[in-house]
Amino acid sequence: MHEKFDTIVVGAGPAGNAAAYTLAKAGLSVLQIERGETPGSKNVQGAILYADALERIIPDFRDDAPLERYLIEQRGWLLDDEAYVGGNYRAEAFNRPPYNRYTIVRAQFDKWFSKKVQDAGGLVICETTVRELIFDGDRVAGVLTDREGGAIYADLVILADGVNSTLARKAGFHPELKPKDVALAVKETLFLAPEIIEPRFNVKGDEGVAIEMVGKITKGMIGTGFLYTNKESLTIGVGCMLSDFAAQKIPPYVMLEEMKAHPAIRPLLEGAEVKEYVAHLIPEGGYDAIPKLYGNGWMIAGDSAGLVNAVHREGSNLAMTSGRLAAETAIDLHAAGQPFSAANLAGYKQRLDDSFVMKDLKKYRRLPAALHRSPHFFTLYPELITLAAHQWVKVDGVDKKSKEREVRRAFAGRRGWLGMMGDAFRLWRAFE
Amino acid sequence: MMRVNVEEKLFQNRYKVDAGRPHIQIRDPDVCRSQCQAQQCTTCCPAGCYTAEGNGAVTLITDGCLECGTCRVICTEFRNVDWEYPRGGFGILFKFG
Repeated sequence: MHEKFDTIVVGAGPAGNAAAYTLAKAGLSVLQIERGETPGSKNVQGAILYADALERIIPDFRDDAPLERYLIEQRGWLLDDEAYVGGNYRAEAFNRPPYNRYTIVRAQFDKWFSKKVQDAGGLVICETTVRELIFDGDRVAGVLTDREGGAIYADLVILADGVNSTLARKAGFHPELKPKDVALAVKETLFLAPEIIEPRFNVKGDEGVAIEMVGKITKGMIGTGFLYTNKESLTIGVGCMLSDFAAQKIPPYVMLEEMKAHPAIRPLLEGAEVKEYVAHLIPEGGYDAIPKLYGNGWMIAGDSAGLVNAVHREGSNLAMTSGRLAAETAIDLHAAGQPFSAANLAGYKQRLDDSFVMKDLKKYRRLPAALHRSPHFFTLYPELITLAAHQWVKVDGVDKKSKEREVRRAFAGRRGWLGMMGDAFRLWRAFE
Repeated sequence: MMRVNVEEKLFQNRYKVDAGRPHIQIRDPDVCRSQCQAQQCTTCCPAGCYTAEGNGAVTLITDGCLECGTCRVICTEFRNVDWEYPRGGFGILFKFG
């Protein structure tokens, strides 16, 4: 293979597919390289698809994309060991097309997206691992794959090779990920008949529910759990900062099993059959952990660029948007006859800065540090709040004023007013 | 802590093992045995690929690897994990992902 392409895209996840599709549709020659047997076979997500990001790339995706359920209800739970306090947001507005969020199965969805890339004229080769980038001076000139005669050349390489981005690390574009900047998530897919899912989660037809959970399930680690409804399956998972897993020595699969046994969660899983167990790193270092995004002959997008909004559980939409913006940057330069130099590709960073991607990440840039400093949000507060709820709900002949006093005393005694004010201030600053 | 057999979980998964060509290797087993106190890989790996042996050594079997990258990232002190993706087409093949 000594052909030369306008562009090479490494990886066939949301970022890579968005980039490859946009490039191919604009008429640039695109080679997309994927290490999995098929696109999607190496990819892991919760998985919720945010329609808007995809709509901007494939407006009529709903016609044939493999979608599971559209979400009409979001539940948020704060869990103690044996209790939870929760809130639901369910809106009829989410029950009218065009739907805003869908659950998806990535192995199927990524295959569909890749077919769109191929239909648009992109050349996709699977079962091929890119080992390293090929340089011409300081310019990226191509990639070296693990195939016979594996060097392939292009004017531009877009790295969408996922959170581990071995290519960016080997090239010295990125330092190694830090355990405090990355979450480890484990997840299972469990089969359950739709006739059971629907009444159990109070939905019908293609409606679905997402549950996000914070509290004792993560054993004092910074992290969250989730439970999503697919058409004929449920996905349940939990993710925490890797630095916390390392410090506490609790294996992630033990955390997952204990979470599944929680009295609030176990009944929802009853009768469901585990069909797959997966694990994945999520770059959650936020704005301050974002590496260099472009250079001579290269751009980087999606998880490999650390573009994840951990607060809102958004990642795939940032990935698709960054892939699209990288492609649009290249398309404009190509049309203007300009080279893919670092100076010209700075336009990619500008486009990201002008989009929700960087605006949102910038908004929450203080959050990772605030959470690392106040682990009480994941242990003590869920405990105290469930205690308060318990006092509020339980009728036992104790007068309400005494109950209030007990709750106040618990808050003051366990964390202290100053501590709580500090936590509130840090949280406010982080969300401001 | 609940006792969980991770192998039972991995049994549900689909793999195409590249026999005799592990994609991850411990660079210097002596470092794990005699210098690393924490041996985080033995508790953090979500597939239980790393085992703390009675004699202080750490052994690695990559057959059940989920290709997440945890072991490489947490080996902060000694950088003793040589981590690559498997050859194209090999390794974990997610059915759902």
